[in-house]
Amino acid sequence: MAEIAIIDYGMGNLRSVAHAIEHVSPQSKVTVTSDPSEILGAHRVIFPGQGAMPDCMRELDSRGLRDAVMRSAKEKPFLGICIGLQMLFDFSEEGNVAGLGVLRGKVKRFPQDKMFDSSGEKLKVPHIGWNQVETCLSHPLWEGIEQGSRFYFVHSYYAEPDDEGIIAATSRYPFRFASAVAKGNIFAVQFHPEKSQSAGLALLRNFSAWNGAF
Amino acid sequence: MGLAKRIIPCLDVTGGRVVKGVNFVGLRDAGDPVEIARRYDEQGADELTFLDITASSDERGLILKIIEDVASQVFIPLTVGGGVRAVSDVRSLLNAGADKVSMNTSAVSNPDLVAESSHRFGSQCIVVAIDAKKTGEKKWEVFTHGGRRQTGLDAIEWAVRMQQLGAGEILLTSMDRDGTRNGFDIELTRAVSDALDIPLIASGGVGNLAHLAQGVLEGHADAVLAASIFHYGEYTVREAKEYMANRHIEVRL
Repeated sequence: MAEIAIIDYGMGNLRSVAHAIEHVSPQSKVTVTSDPSEILGAHRVIFPGQGAMPDCMRELDSRGLRDAVMRSAKEKPFLGICIGLQMLFDFSEEGNVAGLGVLRGKVKRFPQDKMFDSSGEKLKVPHIGWNQVETCLSHPLWEGIEQGSRFYFVHSYYAEPDDEGIIAATSRYPFRFASAVAKGNIFAVQFHPEKSQSAGLALLRNFSAWNGAF
Repeated sequence: MGLAKRIIPCLDVTGGRVVKGVNFVGLRDAGDPVEIARRYDEQGADELTFLDITASSDERGLILKIIEDVASQVFIPLTVGGGVRAVSDVRSLLNAGADKVSMNTSAVSNPDLVAESSHRFGSQCIVVAIDAKKTGEKKWEVFTHGGRRQTGLDAIEWAVRMQQLGAGEILLTSMDRDGTRNGFDIELTRAVSDALDIPLIASGGVGNLAHLAQGVLEGHADAVLAASIFHYGEYTVREAKEYMANRHIEVRL
């Protein structure tokens, strides 16, 4: 039975991710865990995150999970969600903290002075709600998901990769930002697939069958 | 195209059942929470809000069981409010499967609760609910305890203060309109939404689909919340979205 480990470092509602995976992939064994050996022993790893990135980094280190995350991100199908995407990068403007540096680039805040739509209406931050995701890479995780499908977002910061070639999808608020990135065995999304109804469940179903190649 | 305006059905829950009151009194039974949540999800609801209006503390645990059941079957964001008094209440609701927790009376009596919970769990999961009543020309006051207690706080100033303390969203209910089906208090909604950088959810008074569109177009709400028009089957969430889309409001269809 394929094992999927959801990395638990004490931040946020991980049960939703587990419920959603169990729903789409009853054949997988889902473990919510903060045990490095369970993470390293799993076939696939999900790296979620909620809250503020400095807290997430601190909690990750205080539980001694950095090494297990780094090793998983090198060798097995790996899905980052929300702050789990942001933490993969070099640096975040949120608290000016270093990330894990698995991907090159930095995480920036939506600039309040630029948050207006085309008719001049103020756009709120956090970016909360269902936005369209325009895929720009052909990838097994997008299989069966229509171009421009809506996913549920809730965040005030977004990642800006140095290498635009790793951008797997963009969304607009009001400018285009990377809403998904892909590099080798790593796939990471800024939105919450576990809260994005059928499109999100399709992505999680694809992940639960993904061999890490694309 | 970009971010969609959200339609959020609200389920008032007590004794394990969904009920709907009129002007904060007179409850009518509207059904089983899990069944109703599933139906709204199928209709395309963008989120669901559960308000636990249970008065007695011995029935408090019921809401956790409901949220657990809903969260394992419905994969859209869930907000839960009512009776949240301590950081430990926030934690148990999040652990049960809530994505956001809403606080109202306790935010007034203990603003530190908003600051502490948003610091601990992130502002994305902290919603401050404000019940406001018109007390003068362009003036609205915050009420607590289900609308029974006047606080002397100005609704706009209070909303901004909650944003500063770390609220991720404001859920604003007009007490003058709640249960009347006469539409949102547009003036109030716009005044509060325009004063905020964080999203505003408008609530109180929806009686037809035009009211929902007004909340967005005239009230500048980022999301609209309604209960009775959906519970009794007058309109489906999908019909509401189609109506809004026809008025050039961006929605998730």
